[in-house]
Amino acid sequence: MRRAAKERLLSFGLVAPSCLMLLIFVYGFIGYSAWISMTNWEGMMPDLQFVGLEQYDKLIHHGRFQRDLINTGVFTLLFLAGNLFLGLMLAVLLDRKLSGESFFRSLFLFPMSLSFVVTGTIWVWVFNPSSGLNTIFSGLGFNVENWGWITDPRFALTCVAMAAIWQMAGFTMAQYLAGLRGIPIEQREAARIDGASEARIFRYVLLPQLWPVTVGAIVILGHISLKIFDLVYVMTSGGPARATDVPGIFMFDVTFNDKFLARGAAIGIVMLLMVAMLIVPYLIYARRMDAD
Amino acid sequence: MKHNAWIALLALMLTAALAVFACGPKDQPAQPSPDQPDQPSQPAEAENELVIFSWWTAGGEAEGLNELISQFNQKHPDVKIVNAAVAGGAGSNAKAVLMTRMMGGDPPDSFQVHGGAELLQTWVDPGMMEPITSLYQQEGWNDKFPQGLIDMVSRSGQIYAVPANIHRGNMLWYNKSLLEANSIMPPVTLEEFFTACEKLKAAGVTPLALASRNKWPVTHLFETLLLAQGGPEFYRDLFAGKIAWTDDRVKQALQALSKIMGYVNTDHAALTWDQACGKLMQGEAAMNVMGDWAKGYFISNQWQPDKEFGATASPGTLGSFIVITDTFGLPKSAPHRQAALDFLGIVGSADGQVAFNLKKGSIPARTDVPTDAFDPIAQATISNFSRGELVPSCAHGSAVKERFMTALNDELSVFIYKLDVEATSKALEAAAVDAGVRPTE
Repeated sequence: MRRAAKERLLSFGLVAPSCLMLLIFVYGFIGYSAWISMTNWEGMMPDLQFVGLEQYDKLIHHGRFQRDLINTGVFTLLFLAGNLFLGLMLAVLLDRKLSGESFFRSLFLFPMSLSFVVTGTIWVWVFNPSSGLNTIFSGLGFNVENWGWITDPRFALTCVAMAAIWQMAGFTMAQYLAGLRGIPIEQREAARIDGASEARIFRYVLLPQLWPVTVGAIVILGHISLKIFDLVYVMTSGGPARATDVPGIFMFDVTFNDKFLARGAAIGIVMLLMVAMLIVPYLIYARRMDAD
Repeated sequence: MKHNAWIALLALMLTAALAVFACGPKDQPAQPSPDQPDQPSQPAEAENELVIFSWWTAGGEAEGLNELISQFNQKHPDVKIVNAAVAGGAGSNAKAVLMTRMMGGDPPDSFQVHGGAELLQTWVDPGMMEPITSLYQQEGWNDKFPQGLIDMVSRSGQIYAVPANIHRGNMLWYNKSLLEANSIMPPVTLEEFFTACEKLKAAGVTPLALASRNKWPVTHLFETLLLAQGGPEFYRDLFAGKIAWTDDRVKQALQALSKIMGYVNTDHAALTWDQACGKLMQGEAAMNVMGDWAKGYFISNQWQPDKEFGATASPGTLGSFIVITDTFGLPKSAPHRQAALDFLGIVGSADGQVAFNLKKGSIPARTDVPTDAFDPIAQATISNFSRGELVPSCAHGSAVKERFMTALNDELSVFIYKLDVEATSKALEAAAVDAGVRPTE
C-alpha cells in the first residue's frame, strides 16, 4: 500500500510542472482574455471596467465580422473537402505498393515542412495575374485579360484555400496511408476470393475502417483553418473587398492597429468558441471510443 | 524506492523553479510609473546605447536614418546605436512590435511616429511620453518649425516630438512623355483630370495607376478627393467629427472615386504602391496619386525629375497641403534618456534635416534650412509648404484616431468593387460613431 501511495505521489509530481504551466499560460490567459473582452479597454492603459457583452453585441452587427464568419465557414469547407479527397486519393495510390513509394511519400509530405508564410509567398506569385498561371494559360492561347485569380473577389478565397490544401494534403495522405496499412491484408484477400471488385472492396471494406482517421484529420485540419491567419495575411491581407478576410486578420487590425484590446479579445474568444465547437464533440467521441 | 524519490524531488524542484519564473517579472515594475521618468536600475553593459525604433528598413528611408545615425556617431562616438527597425506591412508590423515593447515595459529610447492623432491619442494621452518643450526652447526651435506643425505634436501647451520631415500627400505624378504624346496638360481641377483620363483611355493608355493590395493607397487617394470636393475647412471639420459622413460632399468624393475606378489598371488588387509607380516608369499608366515618397522611388530607379516625370498637386487641391510628418519623441521610461535627447537634437538640427530629407525624398520640416541641394520638385513642395493650407492626413494616421482609419480602409476596400455611395457613406458614419469620432445620434 505504501508503495502505491509513493507511486501516486511520484506521478503527481511528474505531471505537476506541465499542469502548472498549462494552468497559467493557457487557461489563465484564456480567462484573462475573456475578462478583457467584457471591458472597454482601448489604448495603452488598462481599463478593466466591466461592460458586459457589449463588444460581442457590436461584433455581431459589424459588417466586416459577419463577412469574416462566412469566409471562415467557406474556407473551412473547401480546405477540409480538398484535403480529405486529395489525401485519400494519394494514400490509395501509394498503397498500391508501386516502386519508389517512399520517394513519392516524401514528395507529397514535403510541403508540410514549410511555414504558411513561405507557402503564401510562393502561391501569391502563382496566382498573380501578371506573372504566374496567366503566363501559362496565355501561352496556351487563352484570353486571360479578365482572369484575376487572387485579385478577383469571387475567386480569391478559393485561391487561398488551394494554397492551404497544397500544404496540408500530404499530411492527410500520411494519416490515411497509416490507416490503410493498419487494415489487415487478409480482409482484402478474403473479399477478393468472394469475388468483390476493387471498387467495392474500397467502398465496403476499407472506407468504413478509415472513419476514425477521417475524424482525426477533420479535427486537426479544422482547427488550423478556423484559426488561419499567417497564410491569408501574406497572400491577401484579407482583400480584395473583404473576400479573404478572416477573424484572425480582423483581430490583428483591431488589437495592434486600433489598440482596441477589448474588442480584439472578444474576437479571440469567438474564435476559441468556434474551435471548441469542433474539438469538444471530438473529445466526447474519443472518450466513448476508449470506453468501448 | 530511493530512485523514485529522487525523481519526485527533481519534479518538485522544477515546479518550484517554474513558479519563481512565472512570478519573477512581477518583481520589476511592469508599468512605467508616470511621475518617475528615469528608470534608475538599468543593466550596466547597456549604459552607452541608444535604441532607435522605426519601420525604415529599405531604400531612401533607411539611407536617411543612417545619415542621422552617422551624424550622431560623430558627436557621440562612445554611444552605440541600436537600429531596432521592423520591416513590412507599411509600418503595421512595426506598430505591433512597438505596442508590445511599450506595454511590456521595454520601450525604445525613441521611436518613429506620425505627428497628429497617431502620436497624441495613442501615446501622449495615456501619459507614456515625456514633454520635450524645454529642448525646443534650448535649441531655439519654436520659430524654426511652422506653428501648424508644432500644433500637430503638441498637447495642452507641451511639445512631445521632433518632426524629422514633411511629405506632401496630395501629389499627382505623371509620365511626361505619355502626357505630351497625347497633348495633355497636367490637370489642375477634377474636371480637367477626368477629361485627361478620357483622352488617355481612348488612346489605349491606363490613365491612373492604382495599388490596392494594401488598403491605404485607396484611402490616400480618397482623402485627396475629400479635399478636392470640400476644401480644407470642410476636410478638417469632417475628421474632427463636426460633419457627418453622410454629408453631400463626402458622397461627391465617393462618386469621384467611383468614376476613377473606371480609369485604373485592372490588376490593382495585386500591386503595392511602388509597383503602381513602376507602371508609370514602364509607360503602362500615365498618372498616379501618391505622396512624395513616390519621387524617392522614381529617383532611386534613375528616373529624372522634371525631365521624365513631373508632379503637381492632386486634382482640385492646388492651394492645400496634406501633411504627413514622421516625428521622433521621448518615451517616459526611455532607458537612455540623455542619449535620446541628444538624438532628438540631431533630428531637429538644420544639418540633420537636410541630410535626412535628401535621402528620404521628403522636405525638411524646418523652414529655415538651405534648400539649394534639393531637386526642383522638392523645391516647389518646400515653397508650397510655407504658403499652402496645411491639413493632416487620415490615411497616414495624423487626422483621426487609428480605430477609425482601419474602418475607413476596410469600407473603401469594399467600395472600390461595389461602388455603392449610399451604403458606404452610411457605413462610414456608423464606424465614426462606433470609434467615438462622431457623437452618438
